Amino acid sequence: MEVIASAQRIGRSSRPVLPGFGLTLGYTVVYLCLLVLIPLSAVFVRSFGSGWLHFWEVVSSARVLASLRLSFGASLIAASVNSVFGLIVSWVLVRYSFPFKRFIDALVDLPFALPTAVAGISLTALYAPNGWIGARLEQFGISVAFSPLGIVVALTFIGLPFVVRTLQPVLEDLDREVEQAAASLGASPQQAFIRVILPALWPAILTGFALAFARAVGEYGSVIFIAGNMPMKSEIAPLLIVSKLEQYDYAGASAIAVVMLVLSFGVMLAINALQSFAAKRHGER
Amino acid sequence: MSRILLIAVALLFLGLFLAMPLLAVFAQAFSKGLAVYAAAISDPMALAAVQLTLWVAAIAVPLNLVFGVAASWAIAKFEFRGKSTLITLIDLPFAVSPVIAGLVFILIFGTHGWFGGYLRAHHMRVVFAVPGIVLATVFVSFPFIARELIPVMQTQGNDDEETALSLGATGWQTFWRVTLPNIRWGLLYGVLLCNARAMGEFGAVSVVSGHIRGLTNTLPLHVEILYNEYNYTAAFAVASLLALLALLTLAGKSVLEWRQPELRRVAGTRQDRTRRGHP
Repeated sequence: MEVIASAQRIGRSSRPVLPGFGLTLGYTVVYLCLLVLIPLSAVFVRSFGSGWLHFWEVVSSARVLASLRLSFGASLIAASVNSVFGLIVSWVLVRYSFPFKRFIDALVDLPFALPTAVAGISLTALYAPNGWIGARLEQFGISVAFSPLGIVVALTFIGLPFVVRTLQPVLEDLDREVEQAAASLGASPQQAFIRVILPALWPAILTGFALAFARAVGEYGSVIFIAGNMPMKSEIAPLLIVSKLEQYDYAGASAIAVVMLVLSFGVMLAINALQSFAAKRHGER
Repeated sequence: MSRILLIAVALLFLGLFLAMPLLAVFAQAFSKGLAVYAAAISDPMALAAVQLTLWVAAIAVPLNLVFGVAASWAIAKFEFRGKSTLITLIDLPFAVSPVIAGLVFILIFGTHGWFGGYLRAHHMRVVFAVPGIVLATVFVSFPFIARELIPVMQTQGNDDEETALSLGATGWQTFWRVTLPNIRWGLLYGVLLCNARAMGEFGAVSVVSGHIRGLTNTLPLHVEILYNEYNYTAAFAVASLLALLALLTLAGKSVLEWRQPELRRVAGTRQDRTRRGHP
């Protein structure tokens, strides 16, 4: 009897309602508020706690402006480098086969898995004037460690997997027939790449760029070892927050944090808008 | 021809930026021989740092695991207004600098923080002590498990659970016997990534730790202290433990992706998914 009854229940069009919605959503929202939203709101509250004037004074000081310029500028360069080489790496990993490909593919995630402090000291050892790479570059008068160039190197390391992992699935899904059609219509491989493949990849490239950029702007661990941390020259904004905190200047630290948060959200929004524009344009063709 | 050129460029770039730093860690760690290496990693302060790192991860990862399961159950199994906003907010800690993640807890629990006076009156410490380290770690590793589980649960749909319920299973039975076995690989994948971040976090933890040797020093912080004391070989020896953890994480990740190829796709496209709200 019971079996028949349950079979009938399954057969009916009205499906049983899964339990636990209130409990899980409630828990999610409370946990999110307690651990993320309320703590983050503290930064905004504290930054204006000493008044607008003080906020403006902190934010417009030459040292803070220099550090913000450096953080955003170096991140922009690193994310651009990653977009170019990330595209090549993901193209090679998707399209070609070569020895140790699986191993190399797994290695791409190293920057996600390697603690940033380890990356920092290791890159410094490599690029220091007496390091494996640094010594060779020094012969040409290029110093990487303890200069803004070192910051770009560290941020490139940190951001690479974002671009590769965003592009790989898109490249795998790319229809090869379109390329073949372009080739049969007389397009050279270069033309096919620029006219057919690249437009399809733009949204993913922009997403990868945005993710690498966002990560780089806030990066601390891998940068402070290699940067040299000279005020006005190679001092990144997160480091300035730390040194304000060490002087118990909570309002000053919060003010820089707010500017960083607002600027990086602004950049993310702009890139998102650009990305959906690129996706739409590609879709219309 | 262009094929060989592109492969060469890609391998050169990866060799320069990924393989060399990894090799350098081990080369530096063993540069003065095994005895020095063994002494550095068996130093009482290093062992205390290992212990603290394990403790912090043992608290932070389960907390985010419970949250991840609850959040993905609500988001993947039900339709409600504001869902995409909720997903964006869960991802928020990824967009925040680790230093800011540490800063927020100083502002709340520090000496001049919101609860600073109360904590002092009751002789409790949060920042510059272990609770602060745990809080900062929870914050930075917050989204990992949820964002792996949400797409896994979404692709699985509700059919299995609905069948179990209509056959008379209770909600808990359905979760333990149907949902959990279905998502186990995704769950493990998320735990692996969350754990790697929790054990390796530097910036956020550095801000709230106070750097008290043997007490509030995690492994990454211990690396920094040794390095700043110009004790490079010891710093790299301790760092090699963390590099080993990273390699194990990558190996485990590859095994899970090989068992369940969808995980990899999920991991790769999740940003697109959550941002644009694709199913």
